[in-house]
Amino acid sequence: MALLEVRDLSVRFVRKSEPTVSAVDGVSFDVHPGSTVGLVGESGCGKSVTSLAIMGLLPGRGTEVSGSVNLEGSELLRLSQREFDRRRGKDLGMVFQDPLTSLNPVVPIGLQVSEVIERHRGLSRRDASREAARLLDRVGIPDPDRRLKEYSHQLSGGMRQRALIAMALACEPRLLIADEPTTALDVTIQAQILTLLKELVAETGTALIMITHDLGVVAGMCDEVNVLYAGRIVERAQRHELFSRPRHPYTAGLMASVPRLDSPRGQRLAPIEGSVADNIPWEGGCAFSPRCGNALAVCGERAPELETIEQGRLLRCHNPIGAAELERAHD
Amino acid sequence: MTDSSRTITGSETSPVGTDPSDPAADSLLEIDDLRVHFPIKRGIVLDRTVGHVYAVDGVSLRVGRGETYGLVGESGCGKSTLGKAVLRLERPTGGSIRFDGTDMAGMSGEPLRRMRRRMQMVFQDTLSSLDPRQSVESLLVEGMRAHGLDKGGESTERELRELLSSVGLPSSALRKYPHEFSGGQRQRIGIARALAVRPDLVVADEPVSALDVSVQAQVLNLLEDLQEEFGLTYLVIAHDLAVVRHVARRIGVMYLGGLVEESDSDVLYEQPLHPYTRALLSAVPVPEPEVEDRRERILLSGDLPSPASPPTGCRFHTRCPWRQPTRCDSERPELRDVGGGHRVACHYAEEIRDGIITPNSGE
Repeated sequence: MALLEVRDLSVRFVRKSEPTVSAVDGVSFDVHPGSTVGLVGESGCGKSVTSLAIMGLLPGRGTEVSGSVNLEGSELLRLSQREFDRRRGKDLGMVFQDPLTSLNPVVPIGLQVSEVIERHRGLSRRDASREAARLLDRVGIPDPDRRLKEYSHQLSGGMRQRALIAMALACEPRLLIADEPTTALDVTIQAQILTLLKELVAETGTALIMITHDLGVVAGMCDEVNVLYAGRIVERAQRHELFSRPRHPYTAGLMASVPRLDSPRGQRLAPIEGSVADNIPWEGGCAFSPRCGNALAVCGERAPELETIEQGRLLRCHNPIGAAELERAHD
Repeated sequence: MTDSSRTITGSETSPVGTDPSDPAADSLLEIDDLRVHFPIKRGIVLDRTVGHVYAVDGVSLRVGRGETYGLVGESGCGKSTLGKAVLRLERPTGGSIRFDGTDMAGMSGEPLRRMRRRMQMVFQDTLSSLDPRQSVESLLVEGMRAHGLDKGGESTERELRELLSSVGLPSSALRKYPHEFSGGQRQRIGIARALAVRPDLVVADEPVSALDVSVQAQVLNLLEDLQEEFGLTYLVIAHDLAVVRHVARRIGVMYLGGLVEESDSDVLYEQPLHPYTRALLSAVPVPEPEVEDRRERILLSGDLPSPASPPTGCRFHTRCPWRQPTRCDSERPELRDVGGGHRVACHYAEEIRDGIITPNSGE
């Protein structure tokens, strides 16, 4: 039984003077307790909007959200704003990319963490404050009693992100969404934060949705990976499967275009041609087809469906990588 | 050409080529003991200097002609300040910068302006480094005009078209404005602008870190092609080790204002000697689950100390897992050659390499 079931989630931004933008287009996935699911893609692929829709954080005006987001049997998309406020922070926690804008600059860190505890766990202010100190200690902030009284500008980037994680985990939510949690951080700090997240997931059994553009982060963190392109899932697989045998040309293209630390020097990168500006709308075919090296005539005419190709593996492509080789093997 | 340059630069600069017996004759850029300190000021009426931020504190390095030198480090290590000091966009506090044999330290006014034609910069943020109200044509011509390279009419037109095609943009781009392009295309314009004055040295400060991964690769390949086509020398500054390793033959690692290790990029990757380099390399995620599952991260404790009050002795000793009870906190290690041009600033580099000292055994 899945903890979170996202079914056919679509988000459209409707503006009067401009054409409607379809940011997320029929996305479905499950998250099981204790597992880590990755949403991967480049800017504009809809990964962050997906997470904001699940958290109920999209602005009401000008946004059309359809589909279903089901957390342990209760439908989140139909909750009123007030009901959502009760669930958010308690059952669902979120860690954002930019910890400086996610923290209130004029409220001490300690108060921001203990506020969550007071509100959702009904502790007294004093107990909540003690609990906040314990949490800060748990996420690796040294000297938590002093840090409780400090403001966000007094903390370093890594410390701020830790404080934010402490807030998100204060009520032991069953689902944690981390949206590019380490993108703004230096690599050595990134390593600290990713290790911390892994430990916390293992310790508390919280399910984690990891949103990132960094394939390296995905390779180390996620059980199941969804690759998004132009608002739709184009490939889903277990991480070992995905990295050893990418089937979608976009997934393979991404992997070939990242410079790797362990690749021989001077090896030329194989970039994906063009940019997302070249996309065609899904109605007119595969959005990726203008940039795709594997594109056939059919790709520009009819959008491929997301199909199950093997156990636990989904693919949206007319002419996937390795199709020709597989056919030859069958003959 | 030699004649005219001599009359302009006068006697204080040596002509191109200098002394062939000089071992550094083929290096285009020589930095010696470079220091850039920023004063911290207090007070409303009277400015009192209460301290200094030691952004760059004693860095020496050489960049050979036609070479790509990669400078890596995390935020606050001084790598960008160093890049700016090379172009004299920051005034060095001390040390010397020699460009093509000419000491830049005493330069100012017209000679400096002329010198700057030969060194250009490519910035990270393409949106803020290109004037939104200038068309691409005007952006590109501006530098050429300032250095008297704009011959006007047909020839300039042709030159601009060639320039754009070499960075992979259509000539229709000339009449457009920066906002009409995607991030990757804007970076191409930024590169074209740098190349418009035919520089010898290009300092690229985080040239791809604002771009999507699929576009990053396009720009990195472009930089390689242009180097071959125009015989450029690059100083690439980046936080991403994988990017730097991909483009650079030699890599320098900076920590808190100083160079801690420098070597050939393959050697640096295969056998990092400085504890900081080791930690940095072990922290970079690799897009391969098998590698990620097996890897042992060297986790550094805590954050970067403030460059306004750097730790005594080795600047890394406060976070170093290999820290020893003696020397580390009292004596600042010099960058020394441990063989084959591999330079490292650590008292115990050999012991760490040979496994005599293991992490945390010093505590």
